[in-house]
Amino acid sequence: MSTMPQKRVGVFICHCGLNIAGTVNINEVVERAKKQAGVVLAVDHKYLCSEPGQALIKDTIKQQHLDAVVVAACSPAMHESTFKNVVQSTGLNRYNCEIANIREQGSWVHDDRERATAKSHVAVRQAIEKVKLNEALQPITVPVTRRVLVVGGGIAGIRAALDVANAGYEVYLVEKSGTIGGRMAQLSETFPTLDCSTCILGPLMVEVYRHPNIKLLRLSKVEEVKGYIGNFKVTVRQEPPYVDVAKCNACGECAKVCPAEVPNEFDMGLTWRKAIYTPFAQAVPPAYVLDSKNCLGLLPQACGECKRACDKYGTSCINLDAWPQVHELEVGAIIAATGYELYDAAKLTEYGYGTHPDVMTSLEFERMLSASGPTSGEIRCPSDGRIPREIVFIQCAGQREPETALPYCSKICCMYTARHAMMFHHKVPDGQAYVFYMDIRAGGKGYEEFVKRCQEEKGLLYLRGRVAKVYEENGKLIVKGVDTLSGKTVEINADLVILAVGMVPSAESHDLASKLKASLDAYGFFAEAHPKLRPLESPTAGIYIAGAGHAPKDIPDTVAQASGAASKALDLLSSPTLEREPTVAKVTGELCSGCGICIPICPYTALTLSSTTKVAEVSAALCEGCGTCVASCPSGALTLRNLTDEQILAMVEAIVAS
Amino acid sequence: MATTFEPKIVGFLCRWCSYAGADLAGTNRMKYPSNVSSIRVNCSGRIDPVLVMKALALGADGVLIAGCHPGDCHYTNGNIKTLRRFKLLQKMLDQFGIERERVRLEWISAAEGERYAQVVRSMTEQVRSLGPLNWKRELEATA
Amino acid sequence: MIKQKLAFNWASSCGGCEIAIFELGTKLVELTNKVEIIFWPAIMDYKYQDLEEMPDRSIDVAFMNGAIQNSENEHMAKLLRAKSKILVAFGSCAYTGGIPALANTTTRDEIFTNSYKDTPTTVNPEKTLPQTKFQAKEGELSIPEFYNTVKSLDQVVDVDYYVPGCPPVGEQVTKVITQFVDGLSPLPPKGSILGASDRSLCYECKRVRDERKIGRIVRTYQTIPDPQKCLLEQGIICMGPATRGGCGSVCLDANMPCRGCYGPLPKAIDQGGKMLSALSSIFDAQTEEDVQKIADSVVDPIGTFYRFSMSRSLMRRTKK
Repeated sequence: MSTMPQKRVGVFICHCGLNIAGTVNINEVVERAKKQAGVVLAVDHKYLCSEPGQALIKDTIKQQHLDAVVVAACSPAMHESTFKNVVQSTGLNRYNCEIANIREQGSWVHDDRERATAKSHVAVRQAIEKVKLNEALQPITVPVTRRVLVVGGGIAGIRAALDVANAGYEVYLVEKSGTIGGRMAQLSETFPTLDCSTCILGPLMVEVYRHPNIKLLRLSKVEEVKGYIGNFKVTVRQEPPYVDVAKCNACGECAKVCPAEVPNEFDMGLTWRKAIYTPFAQAVPPAYVLDSKNCLGLLPQACGECKRACDKYGTSCINLDAWPQVHELEVGAIIAATGYELYDAAKLTEYGYGTHPDVMTSLEFERMLSASGPTSGEIRCPSDGRIPREIVFIQCAGQREPETALPYCSKICCMYTARHAMMFHHKVPDGQAYVFYMDIRAGGKGYEEFVKRCQEEKGLLYLRGRVAKVYEENGKLIVKGVDTLSGKTVEINADLVILAVGMVPSAESHDLASKLKASLDAYGFFAEAHPKLRPLESPTAGIYIAGAGHAPKDIPDTVAQASGAASKALDLLSSPTLEREPTVAKVTGELCSGCGICIPICPYTALTLSSTTKVAEVSAALCEGCGTCVASCPSGALTLRNLTDEQILAMVEAIVAS
Repeated sequence: MATTFEPKIVGFLCRWCSYAGADLAGTNRMKYPSNVSSIRVNCSGRIDPVLVMKALALGADGVLIAGCHPGDCHYTNGNIKTLRRFKLLQKMLDQFGIERERVRLEWISAAEGERYAQVVRSMTEQVRSLGPLNWKRELEATA
Repeated sequence: MIKQKLAFNWASSCGGCEIAIFELGTKLVELTNKVEIIFWPAIMDYKYQDLEEMPDRSIDVAFMNGAIQNSENEHMAKLLRAKSKILVAFGSCAYTGGIPALANTTTRDEIFTNSYKDTPTTVNPEKTLPQTKFQAKEGELSIPEFYNTVKSLDQVVDVDYYVPGCPPVGEQVTKVITQFVDGLSPLPPKGSILGASDRSLCYECKRVRDERKIGRIVRTYQTIPDPQKCLLEQGIICMGPATRGGCGSVCLDANMPCRGCYGPLPKAIDQGGKMLSALSSIFDAQTEEDVQKIADSVVDPIGTFYRFSMSRSLMRRTKK
């Protein structure tokens, strides 16, 4: 039971011209309102939202020393903020204003004058009871740390970091590998223009590296995230490169003598690299990096050949006595741009990936096409190095298959397969390429035209149908599929088979999401706050998302989304403080038993269990005020400010008492 | 002359979807009976089964809970929690002898003005044909 | 020293609350030096007359247990109220209706039919049912009227304090009675719940909580629960979150779930409804079908959620 002194309530009833007055008996509503407990006066007006209408409310509040106001008019969706502002301008708290909807849910939907009027009484009475119990809340002001953290150094992270940095704010760019560039650096060309990927990416990478506002933390992972929007405290652990970037001139003497060899991730395992290596030729920073996990040993030092070689022939830039660094970063916004990896093609047993070396994934083929790749850009069969004459591309490999693999479409495969087939045709002019497809998805600018060109090209055959099996027979690779347009089964002796496998979220995204307390969707991609209207932010306040880590997409969409996410972050940073709605959840500690049921209920992770007091706590900054936790609390310790159970029941009573 | 029973139905409408849908019905001047009075909540997830039972105990003949369609909740999945509570509450109300038509959970989007009008019309008629619930009087009579 | 006058009475009760008084153990002997127990039908032969003849407000503290299920229960409650300065509703039945209040899921007629006619071992060839009055040749005999709806003590008389529990645990009984005997000063506000915590059982429960979600619900006989982990997470409905603590979580220590006998929490409008909401909120189900499946495995919602608190619930009884 609230112990507030009785408020002096004024009720203002709007005619809205004839919109309300034409059906509802305004005089009766006025007279009935006057009789309600706490109401000191009730008046009507033709148009309360107009200047004179608003003036009437203002003047009446002052003259009659009103504490609270009820406006019976159109839906609160229309003018709630208008009237709240009027109330606030008189010095009263804006929450001492409630709206009774007697138009959209009153006069406009009920023909019968008596019934429309009766329902209006109820609506007015509800609003009176609610406003009497409203607390005078002040907006919650939180300070904003005007710095941004971008996690992921692919094209999405690069674009977002540059946008924020160019706007004048500091950015930390955290990247797990030894260089930025991500997947785009692995591409040979990009569709539909067949631009050289590194040529367009390279300058951006350098810009990031040279930008005074960007602090690049490579070989780094986010370990812990504390705080909330505007006030994040992030712990980042950075592995040492063991090579001084300023001194290294990438001479490669160290790699020559390194005895440890591992599959090269950049080339998708098609080549080998040493434990001390440069990720790729245009890596930023342009220095070598020691992969301590695959080095023969640093503690104790097992080898040291690289250091000896560098001291003797190089610039003496290797230091094997380096330690990981832990950075404590304070930022206001975090942009998650963790990208993608490919679905494990080995799971698609019908296609023989992993069994036969000449069955490759699209990214592997991409590396093969690349001039800096395993075959210097020549297309060759991995099994024996011969030039393939017959190449088969299988689209939708392990995708659009809800029962056995991924149910969704990865959006880019139709386009890159067309590009791959075209590149094959350029490099092997007398070869024959077959593309098995279900549909062609080419919605972007110039996409349809590009695919059409490919489909009409001599030496490229598009077959509409699925591939049932890829298998080996008498030393040959047979692709068994169907061409639905001719209705015939097709068997091709393929030299090389390329699988367009689906894009899945990168392995690190799950861990990062749980640290950020950002939700993931059913497939592990970062979830957006609203699928249509809020695609750049996580439901968790202060976390923004960009790139393929959010959903499969191509480079133009990635760059657009990255700039969009940066813009959202900049919006947050544009003011030194941030105001949040105060109609949030509240815990009465003495009543809370720490049962923890409310904790998983909140989609914004605004509720936590204190390890010291053992009871629940609400972060007012994170709470969005939905009240779902309040309904799940078995002890009534949780309440929602200005929509308490007491208020709801007072409104229910107003309805049933009529 | 016998007066027709006019049911009193309490409607809990979520601000972002169903309340907006109800407003849309108004903007489009659709007509429906005046037996459902709405209480606007931010999310249907705010609705505790206890509030529903209290409404019935206080004298409501029916209760309508309206939220966003699954997948569209403004607060991600508050409506799913409402669904979970509703299903179990429904089972318990069966035991109490309260007819299923009296307590309804409906998904109504901000674009579904016509649907809101339809739900109000059908629920009003269904509860009307069931007669008043009058829970308080029921308690006194069966003491 | 003026000895305080105490009284104990029982209504629709199992006798467990009387036995709970004996949890005082040897303190009971000490007690008799400070108090005079002037009415205790459970242990000694008292007549209605004994109580009727006492002057009003001559009993200092009366403890009444049991629910109000028949007219005799109500008559005695009213009598005890008139004769006592302080009336304490002792035990779950008096506080919230207890087990007898589950009769509110049926009717008197159905209970009589079941007990006196349909039960296989009942021998009642004339199908006689209890009647309040019977004309015997010696005169008119009467027995109390059996009510259709079971009530808690405060639904028939004004109650000063409540001691929850089925029965209240020994430690709490000792504490409460000793406090009254020693003379509580100042007296707690009228209507206070004594011998229980204001927080739920979860606050005292020693079990480990991990991920608050329920994939399926099982009955206690269908599984052997892990004694370290929270029972809710193992699919067993434990009323702990919606029930007052203070009982020392004895049931949990015996690897059985809390059944809710310590009653609702201070701010909960309805214990059963609150538990229903809390439980279903964490069902691990996203679609209507999956939700229905889990909901269907709660075999008897009223019996589970209102096991001890039917009289105090919002709905009070089922419609019949």
